[in-house]
Amino acid sequence: MRLSLTAPKARAAAAGLLAAAALFTSAGAAAAASPSPSARAGEDGAPTEAGTGFRTATVLKQGQKATADASTGDYLYWQFPAGAGQQPQVKATVNLPEASARHGAAVWQLDVYDGLRRRQACASGEPTKRASEQDASVTLTCTLRTVRPWAEQWANDPLPGAYYVRLTLTEGPDRDHGLPVKAEVEATAKDAGGARAEGGEVAPLHAAAVAEPEDGWNGSWWSDRWAWTVGGAVLGALAAIGGYVLTRHPRRRPAGQ
Amino acid sequence: MIIRKRLAAGACALLAALAGGIAPANAADGPPKDSPKVELVLDVSGSMRAQDVDGGTRTRMAAAQQAFNEVIDAVPEGVRLGIRTLGADYGGDNKELGCRDSKQLYPVGRVDRTEAKAAVATLRPTGWTPIGYALRGADQDLGTDGGTRRIVLITDGEDSCGQPDPCDVARELAAKGTHLTIDTLGLAQDDKTREQLSCIAEATGGTYSTVRHTKELSGRIKQLVRRSETPVETPKPVQGTDSCSKAPEIGAGLWTDRETFSEHRWYRVKVKPGQELRTSVSIGADRAVDRDYGVLVRAVSEGGQELVRGAEAGSGRTDVISSGLRYPNGRSGDEDEKGKEPRTVCLEVSSSFSAPANVKRDPGLPVELAVDLADAPDNPSDLAAFGLGRGWVLLGVLALTGLIAGLVWGWVSRWRVSVWRAN
Repeated sequence: MRLSLTAPKARAAAAGLLAAAALFTSAGAAAAASPSPSARAGEDGAPTEAGTGFRTATVLKQGQKATADASTGDYLYWQFPAGAGQQPQVKATVNLPEASARHGAAVWQLDVYDGLRRRQACASGEPTKRASEQDASVTLTCTLRTVRPWAEQWANDPLPGAYYVRLTLTEGPDRDHGLPVKAEVEATAKDAGGARAEGGEVAPLHAAAVAEPEDGWNGSWWSDRWAWTVGGAVLGALAAIGGYVLTRHPRRRPAGQ
Repeated sequence: MIIRKRLAAGACALLAALAGGIAPANAADGPPKDSPKVELVLDVSGSMRAQDVDGGTRTRMAAAQQAFNEVIDAVPEGVRLGIRTLGADYGGDNKELGCRDSKQLYPVGRVDRTEAKAAVATLRPTGWTPIGYALRGADQDLGTDGGTRRIVLITDGEDSCGQPDPCDVARELAAKGTHLTIDTLGLAQDDKTREQLSCIAEATGGTYSTVRHTKELSGRIKQLVRRSETPVETPKPVQGTDSCSKAPEIGAGLWTDRETFSEHRWYRVKVKPGQELRTSVSIGADRAVDRDYGVLVRAVSEGGQELVRGAEAGSGRTDVISSGLRYPNGRSGDEDEKGKEPRTVCLEVSSSFSAPANVKRDPGLPVELAVDLADAPDNPSDLAAFGLGRGWVLLGVLALTGLIAGLVWGWVSRWRVSVWRAN
């Protein structure tokens, strides 16, 4: 139940087949084998472009530092995967245009959406920040709630799958629109631990484009709940033996008489 | 879903390539029919003579020509590129003639680098700035034979012709359902140009940039040309109706529609037992809208009962507002009566966008519907992982239970022993 084998495996197999087949044909066909929109990559494989909408969002891996050249006022989109039991955190840095070209303070915002394009609340962090006229850069952070393996259909809880990141200017002088900026985005995830280990399973939301996280969409089967429960059982057993021994103890007196 | 389709398409392409022999896309055949198309629309009006690029050392025209040469050199193999000019030929005062001065300099297709560069080199700043007229022409140049379509407009001034309004033209082209994106690059920094170019970009989901240096100009055009290469799923058009009973049935996939202010649109989706309906709805703000807005998507049964809803509200500058919902029809492996029949779910999409009175209402705001039918979720019998426990209270309870059990067991055995002895 916790091992969602079928879909990802099948995909991997299909991708492998494609890659193998591409070796035997020439470059013309190889273009068809790159399914993800993360077209161009820097030296370490990190994307150097951002998407301009949900459909074109650039694919990120967790821990990758993506960069993008853009214009003030552009809406920049990325997407990254997150599995159950993870607490995703997104950090974005915007290198603003040179101060001499700007005409006032600007407010930058980082929004995170889940695979169903539902906006997700930032449980902590600073997703909106005002950059004064002199600032050279502005850094935004957003830590989501813990991703749950299952949620009721009426809930807006974060579920395993793709997460979209949108970075944009929300307020600022009109005259600054169109000036060049550089953006840097990194998505990481923290393991929420056994306290948040839950049951159930949903097919990951819009996960086709992104790679499955290391521990799988549903998190690893292991959690410290196993240690607590087994520990509790051992403790219970020991207490039972102890209790038994306590009641047996007075019997020795008649034996010693 | 999307990837599977793409992979399937890729696999088909491969099979076709293998079946067709060893030489698939040969250089002589030109790029395939669905390869991306980009048309650069360059303003060659008189004002391009102004010498204010690169800190005043270069004219706008020289900068554009230099940038075009670099772009032509860097065009990726798979991209079909075309060039159109506006205001390149007629230098007179007749507005009628000046506002129809736009022609294709280089046809959209595989680029012959020397030819394209030679054509660009002949350009001299001359006439008027008929942006709207040129955009219509560029849209025709791109054709509709598949592949992503992108126009990159490079200009230094607002439309000097007035009619047709370039921003309206852009919205009209975007609403034709041919998936056109217009990116704009401004060589001048005045308010009117910026407003107009931003408006054109906003109307088609494109971007607007201002440019002060040749390097910026060539870098940005190259980036936009590369961007057209990004594989992207194109949505299929659909027209929602005003009630569920008459609504069109849509399946899994990406759909696009237009919805005017305060309009409600209905769609129907058939959900098989054991499937979960997943819908995302995005409504784009492709024109000036009021500060506060929202979107509501409801899943309603055929009987009119609301099943589940997704809603989102926002305020301030935005490109899109989106929400989504999940609705499972029974559970996988569920033998429930209810879950045996495919169920028709009606989707109602509405938004609370509003706009100032001077903003055009038609065509409506772009709506994008992503429908997915996934396996229904595995409803856990216990919310905790495997029903396991955790924490000191659990330990205390288990230890105490063990202790009591041990004591009772001990007392019982003692009592039995004493009873046995007494006998």
